[in-house]
Amino acid sequence: MSSSETLTSQGYIQHHLTNLTLGVHPEHGLGFAHNSAEAAEMGFWAINVDTMFFSILLGVVFIWLFRKVADNVTAGVPGGAQNFVEWIVDFVEENVRGSFSGKNPMVAPLALTIFVWVFLMNLMDLIPVDLIPHLFGQLMAVLGADPHHVYLKVVPTTDPNATFGMALMVFFMVLYYSIKMKGVGGFLGELTLQPFGKWGMPANLILEGISLLSKPVSLALRLFGNMYAGEMIFILIALLYSGGVVLAGTAGVLQFVWAVFHILIITLQAFIFMVLTIVYLDMAHQEHH
Amino acid sequence: MNINLTLFAQMITFAVFVGFCMKYVWPPIVNALAERKAKIAEGLAAAERGHQEKALGEQRALEVMKEAKATAADIVGQAQKRATDIVEEAKSDARVEGERIVAAAQAEIEREANRAREELREKVATLAMAAAEKILQKEINVDSHRSIVDDFAKQL
Repeated sequence: MSSSETLTSQGYIQHHLTNLTLGVHPEHGLGFAHNSAEAAEMGFWAINVDTMFFSILLGVVFIWLFRKVADNVTAGVPGGAQNFVEWIVDFVEENVRGSFSGKNPMVAPLALTIFVWVFLMNLMDLIPVDLIPHLFGQLMAVLGADPHHVYLKVVPTTDPNATFGMALMVFFMVLYYSIKMKGVGGFLGELTLQPFGKWGMPANLILEGISLLSKPVSLALRLFGNMYAGEMIFILIALLYSGGVVLAGTAGVLQFVWAVFHILIITLQAFIFMVLTIVYLDMAHQEHH
Repeated sequence: MNINLTLFAQMITFAVFVGFCMKYVWPPIVNALAERKAKIAEGLAAAERGHQEKALGEQRALEVMKEAKATAADIVGQAQKRATDIVEEAKSDARVEGERIVAAAQAEIEREANRAREELREKVATLAMAAAEKILQKEINVDSHRSIVDDFAKQL
């Protein structure tokens, strides 16, 4: 632990908002970034190890649980786990049936994956903000690293890479099915021939292009923004713990209240991401003009 | 918070999870749900059928009971008629038998009376013969006058 650095509020917040980034630094070579500036200098060819680790871990948890149930699934009386899984599957299927009018066997599993995976990733927000990063820092200290420079973000959805990754995949699927269902001409026509008819083509293209591109951006930023803000509140509340008994007590109450409220937010955000994906894909499948 | 390679890695991860879910998770669970739905529908239909069959069976049972009651009443009626017949028959038999007995007794009486009369007649003839013998002494030969005596006796 270096005594030259005192822990400031700014430093604390900064520490919590920095990913564990692995990449090639122009000066230091291959390694983990020691601060956010170094991470930025690594450019595009760096990877956020914490985001990858937790998102894959949670995805595997989801796949493992659902696969286990699917393996022993019975049409008879369902057990506890199967009941729970069926409840979620039924919920997702109902939403797909309600919003998606086309026929595509991929949409429902896609929606299920999005809902459960995003929910699990958001759920990491409810773990006290310092718990896992602190334990990880201690572990790395044992291995010889300076815990001040060991970063860890446990909520993958507070990393725009994760939310944009999903949103872009959804966007590509929208493009793919738009062209597949309507043909290249039909899709281009949809982009250029409305709402003003063929003489307003440039205006149409601008309007429709913006509306098309705004889909993945809004999808990704909505989830990222909500989770990032929620995480930030938790971090600010955590700062109060160092401000004496009264502030610490207040912080305890606040953290509980915010966590309870956050349960609603994380579920809602997972649900919104799923529903919007279904709706966008439904629009891609429909020939409405 | 930089956009970097993580973006592509996340896209691939996402695609892999969706693909796995689509291939190995979603179909079995949804199939099981559909199967259970079919089973429940089948069960409900079977229950409905059973209900109808029960109503039908009840109706049939009622019919059978009604028929059985009618048959029983019939049998009882026949038995009563038969009983009356038997009693009547027995009465007439008894009457005939009684008449027969009375007739037989009368015949017996007649016969006895005749026999007694005959005996008496013989005895009277013998007595008359003896009396006549005594009266006529040796003048009448019993053997030669026998037919006269018998005629006489017969007229008694």
